[in-house]
Amino acid sequence: MNLHEYQAKQLFAEYGLPVSKGFAVDNAEDAAAAADKLGGSKWVVKAQVHAGGRGKAGGVKLVSSKEEIKAFAEKWLGKNLVTYQTDANGQPVSKILVETCTDIAKELYLGAVVDRSSRRIVFMASTEGGVEIEKVAEESPEKILRAVIDPLCGAQPFQARELAFQLGLNDVQVKQFTQLFLGLAKLFADLDLALLEINPLVITAEGNLHCLDGKINIDGNAMFRQPKLRAMHDPSQDDEREARAAKWELNYVALDGNIGCMVNGAGLAMGTMDIVQLHGGRPANFLDVGGGATKERVTEAFKIILSDTNVKAVLINIFGGIVRCNMIAEGIIGAVAEVGVTVPVVVRLEGNNAELGRKVLGDSGLNIIAASSLTDAAEKVVAAAGGVK
Amino acid sequence: MSILLTKETRVICQGFTGSQGTFHSEQAIQYGTRMVGGVTPGKGGQIHLGLPVFNTVKDAVRDTGAEASVIYVPAPFCKDSILEAAFAGIKLIVCITEGIPTLDMLDVKVKCDELGVRLIGPNCPGVITPGQSKIGIMPGNIHKPGKVGIVSRSGTLTYEAVKQTTDFGFGQSSCVGIGGDPIPGSNFIDILALFEKDDQTEAIVMIGEIGGTAEEEAASYIKNNVSKPVVSYIAGVTAPAGKRMGHAGAIISGGKGTAAEKFASLQDAGVTTVKSLADIGKAIKQVTGW
Repeated sequence: MNLHEYQAKQLFAEYGLPVSKGFAVDNAEDAAAAADKLGGSKWVVKAQVHAGGRGKAGGVKLVSSKEEIKAFAEKWLGKNLVTYQTDANGQPVSKILVETCTDIAKELYLGAVVDRSSRRIVFMASTEGGVEIEKVAEESPEKILRAVIDPLCGAQPFQARELAFQLGLNDVQVKQFTQLFLGLAKLFADLDLALLEINPLVITAEGNLHCLDGKINIDGNAMFRQPKLRAMHDPSQDDEREARAAKWELNYVALDGNIGCMVNGAGLAMGTMDIVQLHGGRPANFLDVGGGATKERVTEAFKIILSDTNVKAVLINIFGGIVRCNMIAEGIIGAVAEVGVTVPVVVRLEGNNAELGRKVLGDSGLNIIAASSLTDAAEKVVAAAGGVK
Repeated sequence: MSILLTKETRVICQGFTGSQGTFHSEQAIQYGTRMVGGVTPGKGGQIHLGLPVFNTVKDAVRDTGAEASVIYVPAPFCKDSILEAAFAGIKLIVCITEGIPTLDMLDVKVKCDELGVRLIGPNCPGVITPGQSKIGIMPGNIHKPGKVGIVSRSGTLTYEAVKQTTDFGFGQSSCVGIGGDPIPGSNFIDILALFEKDDQTEAIVMIGEIGGTAEEEAASYIKNNVSKPVVSYIAGVTAPAGKRMGHAGAIISGGKGTAAEKFASLQDAGVTTVKSLADIGKAIKQVTGW
């Protein structure tokens, strides 16, 4: 789960990290009032969406009057912001962050992730702040400094000092950096983060370290023990169909093809998409219907797949391990009848009682094409969707 | 021989009296697994499926001599269950549960390594030595004792590979699902090393998927350490970047972890790769000449 910048900064502040004073607002009047409360004559206004690249897309602006603040709020609130990280529709803006302005002397980068290879939380710091860190990693990997956190000891001050001196910070800044590093490490562990990024971490004109942006991603598996973060979830940033699928414990990801896929198991669901493409078709989605594949789940899965109007045919691929395929076939027939599916449905059943399952499908009188193998299924569904494109 | 598990291995189940634990323990007993008991705190002293229930893993190990444990407890309690088994002297822990917080796994992995415990999973189908013993949720009936070792990050893709190797008549020496999480207890390399040493295993199938660099690391290991033929399939050529494809670990992030990169590394290491998961059996036939 992702957080908005303003939420990340609230958490930073709770952990004693230096962030700008600001208010997240949802209308133009409150935006102007926020400037009054903050004082001064210059502010930064930032559209709150779960995507990077906001600056280039016009979603971040330096302003020096309340009229400008109002104009910015009116321009973005209720609209979608399209950045290079969003899809073509962009992400809806329902909040604007109004902040005090910070004079920047230098931009740094500080981030942390769970590194899968080393199985450790790894902090990364760089003097190349304000730009995409992936780009830095590719073009000049030597500019990314690392600190590996031991799971049992936790982050230690010496690790912060090692990074700080390599970043070329002065004595005061080294102390500030150490506080910041230890605070972030605690936040990472306390809140079950998967990713944390401060880009840029700036040195202000006065020479102090300051978190100018904040990106936080939380481990979805840990949400059960993070009630405070659960309450911060903004459903408007989620894909509608993915969210609906999640309610039924179905994993759905929309793609841009025309062949709907319904599969049991995440790996097999990917493998099914791949084999469809290999035979000249284009998958419309990833969907893992789970081990059960009962009538209720298959029905819901059909509704979600068919809400994508590009879908011209559906491929159901089930490997019945312990569940019997004839039971699954009954579920599919019930679902097809209930949803009123009008596009051709190709079904490949394998495993327990597969032959009986195929017979049940064949005898149903519905527009269901039984396939004899995975390859056969892929060929049949590509043909049913209008052939090789 | 086989890897990890034989018909002699004494197995207990943690979460024994729950619905998952009960169902899959029954299946395992039917298959021939030497189940010797189970653990459900507070139900010690009861008999379940004809086997003793213990309050703690320590009690179960003391009374039954259990060497392996399979875990079906809910995700919030898995860290505790795995550590309980590890500290009680269990040497093979298979965790089936999906949804364990990643930070829990970081701690668990350190302790398991320190105690010399082999952890398989979490979020996996388990381990089977066909014809002898199974620990996990895989359907026993599709397997056949034989000579192909299978290791995979995905449950249902493992079943596809099993079915094909059974249909071709090759059978399997052992099949290990290492699971779809970002931090697995065992990785491809751990299992490849076991297959390389195992006399019964004559060829290896390795099934990977997008996300992380475990396949790339395995490719480099195979190049230098594995003499047996390896056939590999990677799922997710069509997966978009930045989207989690069902498994917590199946995500292309920051442009890393694509299927194309993994295929390329494996090919470079001399591994036979297949682009269609329907071609796994055929590829083994070709590469071995069986």
